[in-house]
Amino acid sequence: MTPKARLILFGMAVAAFGFVLVDGLAGLPAFGHYHGVYGRVIDGIGVTERHATDLVTALNFDIRGFDTLGEEFILFGSVLGVVLILRELRGESEHPNRHEADEHTFAGASEALRALGLVLVPALVALGVYIVVHGQITPGGGFQGGVILAAGPFAVFLAGRYLRMKLLAPHTLVELGDAVGAAGYALVGLGGLVFVGVFFKNFLPLGIAGHLLSAGQMDVASVAVGLEVSGAFLVAFSEFLDQAIAVKGGSQ
Amino acid sequence: MLQIAALTVVALGGLAVVLTGDPLRQTMVLGIYGLGLTMLFFVFQAPDVALSEIVVSTVGLPVMILLALRKVRQQEDEQHGEGQGE
Repeated sequence: MTPKARLILFGMAVAAFGFVLVDGLAGLPAFGHYHGVYGRVIDGIGVTERHATDLVTALNFDIRGFDTLGEEFILFGSVLGVVLILRELRGESEHPNRHEADEHTFAGASEALRALGLVLVPALVALGVYIVVHGQITPGGGFQGGVILAAGPFAVFLAGRYLRMKLLAPHTLVELGDAVGAAGYALVGLGGLVFVGVFFKNFLPLGIAGHLLSAGQMDVASVAVGLEVSGAFLVAFSEFLDQAIAVKGGSQ
Repeated sequence: MLQIAALTVVALGGLAVVLTGDPLRQTMVLGIYGLGLTMLFFVFQAPDVALSEIVVSTVGLPVMILLALRKVRQQEDEQHGEGQGE
């Protein structure tokens, strides 16, 4: 294809795409002028019937809890795929180069960066736990908190201690967290089926709206999702890290 | 007003990510772009989405891209080294 033909094709595509985009955007309701019915219903019943002050979490973990089950297993399945693809292949060997891995430092990594890493670890873990358990009260929840939790051990790596990170978050432990979290979320749904007869119908006491232990199953679901997500991210991180640092050879 | 500013930042940021040539620099620009997106979600009153965006775009994504880049360079170096040895 000659450059001129490509340019003509590009021009046509841009014109068509631009027309659809502008036409579509012009038809959108203005910001703050919501026309849907479902959202208004949720707004009405979130606090009164579910005792949750963060309606997004109420949607994710209770009202549309079944959808979240699917999302959980999308993450679980994709991490499984990462583990499968990045496994040790024939001809590859995993001996961490002691010099590189143990006292692994980035070009320009300073003592200040290490100190910052050490400060970040407890701060990130505390923030992650806070976001996970307060999902039904304030913005956040299992997913957001879970990723923050996963970033905690990662700060150890940023401080230049790759093998220490493996001590803090060993493979078996993070895989167990991933699996137990995924299973736990499914069990919350099964609990509804067993105790009140409907899959993912709340079966736990609702408590007082705004309290830490309130909104029934949402807290439990949030913790399960937090475990799953942090486990999943750490499994993926350490697979990538192993590839980048520990696994040598076998490029065919 | 704040919303228009956030939209502008995201539009310019997206352009900056596309126009950055070197993958390593692109990762950094992508992280900053993610921060812009976070501000966008926040001023449009979606703090839950903003929280997800900030952790994924500033922690999850750059780390995985950086590690993949490192692996690619490692293999390039090894192949280069073998080529010189022969």
